[in-house]
Amino acid sequence: MSLEGVLAVNRFGLGARPGEVEQASDNPKTWLTAQLGPAQQPVQADGTPFKSGAALVADLTAFRRERRDARKANDAQAAMAFNKQQRQVLLDEMSARFDLGFSTTRPFAERLVWFWTNHFTISTQGAGTASFAGAYEREAIRPFIAGKFEDMLLAVATHPAMLVYLNNAQSIGPDSLAGVVSRRGLNENFGRELMELYSLGVNGGYTQADVIALAKLLTGWSIDTGQPEGGGRIFRIAQFGRISDGDLRRDTGVSSGFRYFENRHEPGRVSLRGKTYPDGYAGGRAAIHDLAHDPATARFIAGKFAVHFISDTPPPESVTRLENIFRDTGGDLKALAVAVVEDPAAWTQGPGKMRPPVDYITATYRLLNLPQAQNAQRQTQGAMQACRLMGQFPMAAPSPKGWSDQSQDWSGPDAVLSRIAFARQLASRLPQNFAVGQVTQLADRALGSRLSAATRGVIAAAANAGEAMALLLSSSEFQRR
Amino acid sequence: MDASRRSLLRGLSATTALCLWDAPLKFAFAAVPGDRRLVVVILRGAVDGLAAVPPHGDKDYGSTRGQLALATDGATPLHDLDGMFGLHPALANMKMLYDAKQLIAFQNICSPYRDRSHFEGQNVLETGAAKPHAIGDGWLNRALTPMGLADSGHALAVAQTPPLLLTGPARATSWMPATLPTPDAAFLAQVKLLYAGDPALSRSLGDALALQSAAMIASDDPSDKKMGPGNNANLTPLFAGAGRLLAAEAGPRVAVLDISGWDTHINEGAGEGALARRLAALDGGLDALKTALGPAWNKTAIVMATEFGRTARPNGNGGTDHGTGGASFLLGGAVAGGHVRAEWTGLSTAALQDGRDQPARTDLRSLFKGLLAEHMGVPPSALNGNVFPDSAGAPAMTGLIRA
Repeated sequence: MSLEGVLAVNRFGLGARPGEVEQASDNPKTWLTAQLGPAQQPVQADGTPFKSGAALVADLTAFRRERRDARKANDAQAAMAFNKQQRQVLLDEMSARFDLGFSTTRPFAERLVWFWTNHFTISTQGAGTASFAGAYEREAIRPFIAGKFEDMLLAVATHPAMLVYLNNAQSIGPDSLAGVVSRRGLNENFGRELMELYSLGVNGGYTQADVIALAKLLTGWSIDTGQPEGGGRIFRIAQFGRISDGDLRRDTGVSSGFRYFENRHEPGRVSLRGKTYPDGYAGGRAAIHDLAHDPATARFIAGKFAVHFISDTPPPESVTRLENIFRDTGGDLKALAVAVVEDPAAWTQGPGKMRPPVDYITATYRLLNLPQAQNAQRQTQGAMQACRLMGQFPMAAPSPKGWSDQSQDWSGPDAVLSRIAFARQLASRLPQNFAVGQVTQLADRALGSRLSAATRGVIAAAANAGEAMALLLSSSEFQRR
Repeated sequence: MDASRRSLLRGLSATTALCLWDAPLKFAFAAVPGDRRLVVVILRGAVDGLAAVPPHGDKDYGSTRGQLALATDGATPLHDLDGMFGLHPALANMKMLYDAKQLIAFQNICSPYRDRSHFEGQNVLETGAAKPHAIGDGWLNRALTPMGLADSGHALAVAQTPPLLLTGPARATSWMPATLPTPDAAFLAQVKLLYAGDPALSRSLGDALALQSAAMIASDDPSDKKMGPGNNANLTPLFAGAGRLLAAEAGPRVAVLDISGWDTHINEGAGEGALARRLAALDGGLDALKTALGPAWNKTAIVMATEFGRTARPNGNGGTDHGTGGASFLLGGAVAGGHVRAEWTGLSTAALQDGRDQPARTDLRSLFKGLLAEHMGVPPSALNGNVFPDSAGAPAMTGLIRA
C-alpha cells in the first residue's frame, strides 16, 4: 500500500472501496489509465437498458398528440400523470447512476463522466428536461470520455436534452418558411452558451454578432417529433425539410432523437468569427467542428481539467501542457486524461480539494460498501436525499455553468455542518457489533499515510464504533481528496 | 446526563470542552453593533426589468413589448405607480410598501458591465469592480470593516456557502433552513479537534456553531426543509429565516439572499406565467421577511439587484434574451420611498442600446454607495477606496434613507 495508491483512489477516483487502495498501489498510474475507454452504462434495476433519447422524445410526442386529440376535461389529470411518469424516469436514471458510482471498479472513468457532464451542463431545474437527463449522459457523454472532444460536442449539441434545455429546439430562423408563417424567431440562448461555457470560454474571442450568427447557423437543430401530425403547423411545414437518416448516420456524434428541420433554418450564408459558413445543416456542423478545434477551446478545457484534478489554482505550466496536448491531438480526450495522470503536480501530498456533496456521499458509501443488498433501494434513495439537502444533485445545477469546482464553494459553515450531520446519522446505523478498532483499520486502509496521527488518535479514542465512524467521515482527510 | 455527554467528559480535557463554548460566548459579548439592518438580494439570471417595473405610460410600450405587454385593466392588471411606471401584477406586497413610502423602484440601471454573459455580469455585480474578474472578493465584504461589522457573525449568507458578494477578508457566516438533524454538542466538540490542522473547515464549523448556539433559529417547521433558492417554489422559509436571524439583538446586521430563476428565454408570460410565478414568490418572501423582522423592519433597508436586463422586445419564443439596463429595488422601513427613479429614454429603436436592449443610464454602484453611506455610515473614503475602486464616475445617490 503506497501514498500514490491512496492518491490515485481518492484524487482521481471516487474514494476507496474495500481493497481498492491495495489494487491501485502496485502501479497507480497504470491502474488509472487502464480504466480509460467508453464509460460503463447504468442500467435499470432489472438489468435492462434505459430508454433512448429518441424513445423519450417519442413518448413526449405521443402524449402531446393524445392530449390534443382528446380535448377532454381530464387533461390536467393526464398531464399530472405524465409528469409523474417523467419524474420517475429521472429518479430511476439517477438512482442507477448513484449505484454505479458506489460500485464501479473504474472510478476514474466515472469521475471523467461526471466532469464532462458538469462541463456540458443541462439542468433538470430547466423546464421539460427531467426525463432526458439520464439519456443525455448515457448517449452524449459516456461513449466519448476517452474519444474526441468534437464528437462529444456534436453529441451534446444534437441531444434532445440540450436542445430543450437551452431552447434551441424552439429557435426558428425569422426568414425561414416556418419563421415567416409562425412569426416566431431566433433564440440566442444556446448559441451564446455553446461558445461561452462549452467551447471557447468567455474570453475566447466572440461578439454579440457572433452569438446571433451561431444561433442562426443552429436554427432547425431540433428534436425529432416523429409523425407529421405530431406538433401543429410549424411541425407540419417542417416535415418537408427532414434530412435523410443516411446523412446523419455518416456523422458519428449525432444523438438519437435529433432532427434537422430545413424549413426552420435561417436561409443564407452566415459570417461567424470572421469565417463564412454555408447554408443548411452543413453550416452549423462546420461551426461545431471549428469551435471544437479552436485554440481558445484547448485553453479553456485544459484550465477546467487542471482545476478539477490538480488544484483550485493549478500551476500555469500544468495548464499549458494540457492545452498543448489537447490542441496537438485534435482534442483527444484520452490523451488529455493520460496527461493529467502523468502530471507531477497532481500527485502532491498537500491537503487536496474538498469533495463536493455528491462525491462526498459517494465516497462514504464506497468506504462502507453500501448499499447492502437487502436494503439497496432505500439506502440509495437516502444518499440521493442527502445530496439534495446538501445543495447538490447531479444534473440539477442552477445554471448552465454547472456546479462549482472550487473548494471554497463547498466549505461554508452550513455546508460543513450538514456534512457532519450526515456523517453522524449514517454512522449511527452501523451494526451493534462493530468495534472502534475496525473503524481505525478501515481508515488506515482507505487513507493510508494521508490520515494524520492526530485524527487517528481522536478516532481511536471514540466511545464507540458509531462515534468513531462519524469522526472518520467528518475528518478533513476524508472530506478532501 | 446522556450517554454522549458522558463520553465527552471522559474523552476530553476540561480545556477542550471549554473550546466548544468559546465561539458562542465571544459572539454574545462582541461589541453590540448598530441597529441598522442591511439585506442584499441577488436576483441571479437577469430579471426582465420591463416586466418588473413596466413603463406602461411610454407611447412605445405596447408595440415594443407585444405579447409581453402588461395592461392596467383585465384579469391581472399591473399596479400603477406614477402614471408612467408600474409594478408587475404579482408584486402586490411591494405595491403596498410603495404606497407606504417604503419602496423606491429604479429603471434603466445596471452595473458597469456591458456584455451579455450571466457569469461575467454576476462577477461585476458582486465584486463591485468596473470589469469582470478584476477583484477576487465581494464589495459587501469589503464594506463590513468600515461598517464596524467585520467580526464573525455580523454578516450572514442565506446559502450553504457565502456567495462572492460576501467573500473576502471579513468573516461571513452562512445558514440554510435546517435539513439534517444537527449533531449534539459533545460530538461537535470532538469534530473541532479534527479540524485543528484545517483552517478553512475549522473556521466554517466555528461560525456555524456560533450562529446555531445563538439559538435564533429554532424552527422545526417541516416546510422549512424542502425549498432551496434555485427551486421554482416558495421562498418564504429562506426570507423568514433571514428575518428571524436579523431580528435578534446580537444577531447579524447584514444578510445576503441569493435567488435564481430569472433567465426567461422562453414563455416568459405577462400577467400570468413563469415570470409572474417567480415574482409572486419573491413578493411573498419579502412579506415574510418583513413579518419576521418585527420592529427591526423600521431599521431595515433591502436592495435587490440583478446582473443586467433583457431585450426590450420578445425573442422568437415568447421570452427575452440577455440585455443591458434593467430594474432594481430599494425597500424597507428605513427607506425614504414612494417614488421611481429613472433616467428614462423611451423604447423607440433609436433609444435602445444596440437597437435591442433597454439602455443603462444609472450605475448600480451609485445606488449601492448611497445606501452604504446613508444607511450604514460608510464614509466616502472607503466607498471610493477599496469598496468600489474605479467608481468615480458613479457618485453616491442621496435621499435614499429616512433621516
